[in-house]
Amino acid sequence: MRKFLLTTAAILAAPIAALAAEKPAELKVGITTFLTGPASVFGVPARDAAEIIVEKLNAEGGIGGVPVALSFIDEGAGAEALTTEFRRQVEGGAHAMMGAISSGNCQTLAPLAEDLQVLNLMWDCGTQQIFEQNDYKYVFRTQANATPEMLATVLYLLKVKPDFKTIAVVNQDYAWGRDSWQIFSAALKALKPDVEVVGEFFPKFGAADFSTEISRLQAMQPDVILSTSWGGDLDTFIQQAAQRGLMNTSTFVIPLAESSLERLGSTLPAGHIVGARGDHYFLHPDRRDDADFQEFMAAFREKTGAHAIYPVFHMSQALAALKAAYEKAIAAKGGEWPEEDEVIAAFEGLTFQGLGREVTIREDNQGIEAQLLGMSVQSGDYPFATLENIMIFDGEALTTPVGQESVEWVSKLTPEYAASVKVDTYEK
Amino acid sequence: MTFRLAIPALLVLAVAAIPFAAPQLQLLMNLALAKGIAVVGVTVLLRAGQVSFGHALYFAIAAYAAAFLSASMPGADLVLVLVVAVAGAVLSGIIVGLFVVRYRGIFFGMLNLAFSMIFWSILEKFYHYTGGADGIRLPRPTVFGMALERGPFELIMFYLSVALVLLLGWFTMRWFASPAGQIFQTIKTNETRLQYLGVSPQRALLSGYILSAALCGTGGVIMGIVQGVVTPEFAWWIRSGEMVFIAVLGGAGSVAGAFVGAVIYETIRTYASAFAGDVWQMVLGGFLLVIILFAPKGVIGIYDAALARLTGKGRSE
Amino acid sequence: MNLTIFLLALFDGIAYAALVFSVAVGLTLIFGVMRILNVAHGSLYAVGAYLTATLTGYVLALGFAPLLAFPLMIVSAVLVGVLLGGPIEWLLLRRIYNKPEVLQLLVTFAVFMILEDVQRLVWGTQPYFQASALQALGMVKVFGVNYTVYQLILLPLLALTLLVGLRFFLRHTILGKLILATTEDREAAQSIGIDADKVFLVTFIVGAALAGLGGALASPTTSILPGMGADMIVLSFAVVATAGLGQIEGAAFTALLIGLGRSFAVYVWPETAVLVPYLIMLIVLLVRPEGLFGSPTARKI
Repeated sequence: MRKFLLTTAAILAAPIAALAAEKPAELKVGITTFLTGPASVFGVPARDAAEIIVEKLNAEGGIGGVPVALSFIDEGAGAEALTTEFRRQVEGGAHAMMGAISSGNCQTLAPLAEDLQVLNLMWDCGTQQIFEQNDYKYVFRTQANATPEMLATVLYLLKVKPDFKTIAVVNQDYAWGRDSWQIFSAALKALKPDVEVVGEFFPKFGAADFSTEISRLQAMQPDVILSTSWGGDLDTFIQQAAQRGLMNTSTFVIPLAESSLERLGSTLPAGHIVGARGDHYFLHPDRRDDADFQEFMAAFREKTGAHAIYPVFHMSQALAALKAAYEKAIAAKGGEWPEEDEVIAAFEGLTFQGLGREVTIREDNQGIEAQLLGMSVQSGDYPFATLENIMIFDGEALTTPVGQESVEWVSKLTPEYAASVKVDTYEK
Repeated sequence: MTFRLAIPALLVLAVAAIPFAAPQLQLLMNLALAKGIAVVGVTVLLRAGQVSFGHALYFAIAAYAAAFLSASMPGADLVLVLVVAVAGAVLSGIIVGLFVVRYRGIFFGMLNLAFSMIFWSILEKFYHYTGGADGIRLPRPTVFGMALERGPFELIMFYLSVALVLLLGWFTMRWFASPAGQIFQTIKTNETRLQYLGVSPQRALLSGYILSAALCGTGGVIMGIVQGVVTPEFAWWIRSGEMVFIAVLGGAGSVAGAFVGAVIYETIRTYASAFAGDVWQMVLGGFLLVIILFAPKGVIGIYDAALARLTGKGRSE
Repeated sequence: MNLTIFLLALFDGIAYAALVFSVAVGLTLIFGVMRILNVAHGSLYAVGAYLTATLTGYVLALGFAPLLAFPLMIVSAVLVGVLLGGPIEWLLLRRIYNKPEVLQLLVTFAVFMILEDVQRLVWGTQPYFQASALQALGMVKVFGVNYTVYQLILLPLLALTLLVGLRFFLRHTILGKLILATTEDREAAQSIGIDADKVFLVTFIVGAALAGLGGALASPTTSILPGMGADMIVLSFAVVATAGLGQIEGAAFTALLIGLGRSFAVYVWPETAVLVPYLIMLIVLLVRPEGLFGSPTARKI
């Protein structure tokens, strides 16, 4: 028995001995994503996107001649399984990891990746706290965070509906729902101090029924209702609100609704503010005529039967960042395969482009990403709402300056700041 | 008889060799051991014929106590963290226990469930104190004043867990054999007799309940420290169900079975979610069904039967 | 709090209670008769919802009227009862009636885990929404607040019908009486020639169909997505345990208590809305361990 165990152990231990300096046979990348649980509405499309992108990448010769091999870890299987499997992959020789979707998992994995000295790209999670609280060497974020996402939403709201007086919020009761409201309300207070918050609701995550909240909101009649919810929660809330006429009396601000547009179909009426956690939209006004964009969208639709949503864009950015960093490091080394530290160094100031506009990695490892928002419209071109009056905000001015804390920073913004942020407007 | 002792001893040695022989199994094994300690807590109650569907409560209370302590006292020592966390679990075990020991059977189970779900709701709801669904980080405690890197710290945690498994396992078995433990187990078979003997079954159940809370707490705090983060999921009803599941898987009422069950469960769960991400729950559920239907005495039952056949054969030859 | 708000909270509470009751009643029926707490009830609820959404979507795509969604709810419920409930009882539960309670519970826990993955394999991870039944009935305006006729009027009526119908079925039909007799004393019932196996099978099918019906009724009001069963089962447990296990009328009362408690909490102190069901359960069980309507069982010596 013991001999058996020891033999098994020896076999399992073997891959660790592999040397990282040589050009590997393949570039192993581990990706954490939700394959189960409510957040699989994001995780599964992102996995599908990763497979499409990497298949094409490998067909074109991979990264520096090395094909990329993906393996996925389910974030829905719980924190123990996640950390165990993350480590198993790293110790099994993964060259880069991408984690995670959940902000909570990012908080867990970032310090772990730092200890394990493995490159980790936070490819989707929104919490602004990670780089504000700690310095990381091995951890990068290839997209924006909650602060620019919320700030852009406030700016858009002020541009299209400058005269509103009252606002209510219905957010999911977990870190994202609470944090996003904290940033949103601080920014709103700084930029338009006369707005009154008439109701704050935090129904539990995964709530199946918002009837009572909707009754109360109908009695209050706020001008604007904010909800940063997503997935099934957002769908339910929008459906129930639309059924009961709440969407005719209040303007909804729904910064994650881009990911629900197709599912909501004809339910989402015109005239509500829709965001996409970055410049992510399957009809991206700058990108929709580009060949690579069209090719990917067609491939994605063929594979999944659905239109691409923001996690797909986030995934494309993380993979683009990985490719760009390796190629930069290879170029710097005169064509030779780089050491891990050289790849890490290449991330400094790295610019790359996924399916959206270009993204740049800042000195604190935070990505600078543009933000797209628009107004819902049932144009008849698709069996669901699309966007009009689209604005794409420049990411640089929206992102908390290095070394500052987000809520404090947004609280000190002035109405002049709002006018200074660079924005491009598109009819649709 | 030699088999009976030799095989467990070999298993313990094999586990102790893991950090050197198969380091990538170390974390998995450590989590399994932590869970195993908690499952012993559930096993204790099973000996009295009671099933708690809410013992994740103590698992979570200890973990959160540790996290709050570390947050308010950065660099707190490991021993202090452990002691405070388990004390938290024991204290809440006494308070809740005073209420629930009056009940038996399904009511006992449901009441425990209610307490754990209330605690879970509070953890989720009072975001500004508890971190909500994302939980709070539990930074590495210092060990005798030294701030350790991840590697050595995890090694210490691993051997600490192995030591606690042996110590608490031994203690629990001794307790079962003690007069207090004997009285406690009589609740399952004949509670009325206890009353005739002038012994309070309530008090007997309470002592076992507190022991089980302490064990669950120990498991929870180790889990929290090793993970570096504690979340409300620690108190979620499925976690409680999982503990009962493991207890039955290992062999209801068996202390050794709790650990064997935890190791098997954790291994299946991890590998199923790694290699069959879409169906890991189905794999676990199917496995559970097979065990209950075909080997209701659990892994320990299979082991005992195999051993009996082996020694039986030895005798006939 | 003025009268309008009081009434609004009352309406929301009743609508919610009706839904919760229709799920919990199947759970309490199964427990009352078979003494099994069926964790898989939550999955059956979810499957009922999924099935209704799929069938309705399919029928609407063929061009039929949205009102057809209502008979499809019944069809889905029956399918859940017969295709899932039947085999679960027949293949699994039947083998473990003489085993300890823990094992019975764990069997249903295992079925729950398996069904969670089955749902995902069949219906994927994207949320479904199929509200045509609800839209077909339109809205009614009360104190300037819009309510859907479906939630405000139909659901409470159906819940009431279910309560009365089940009562009638158990007290005034042969099959119902057989079920009650088996509940009272299984051996005695068998000795007078009742086929207890068949009674258990029928009960479980009916209970499972009720879970499916609960899901079917909930389906037009909410997103149908993985994990919806896990939430519902704990809530149903709370209702059933508070009422007293096996108490059907009690479950109706408790569902109302929990529904109202929750909706008033949203008006008064929203942060506590999640806590309400469990607090009610805890307080009731501490005062009356057998539940509001349960009777203390004689202790076996």
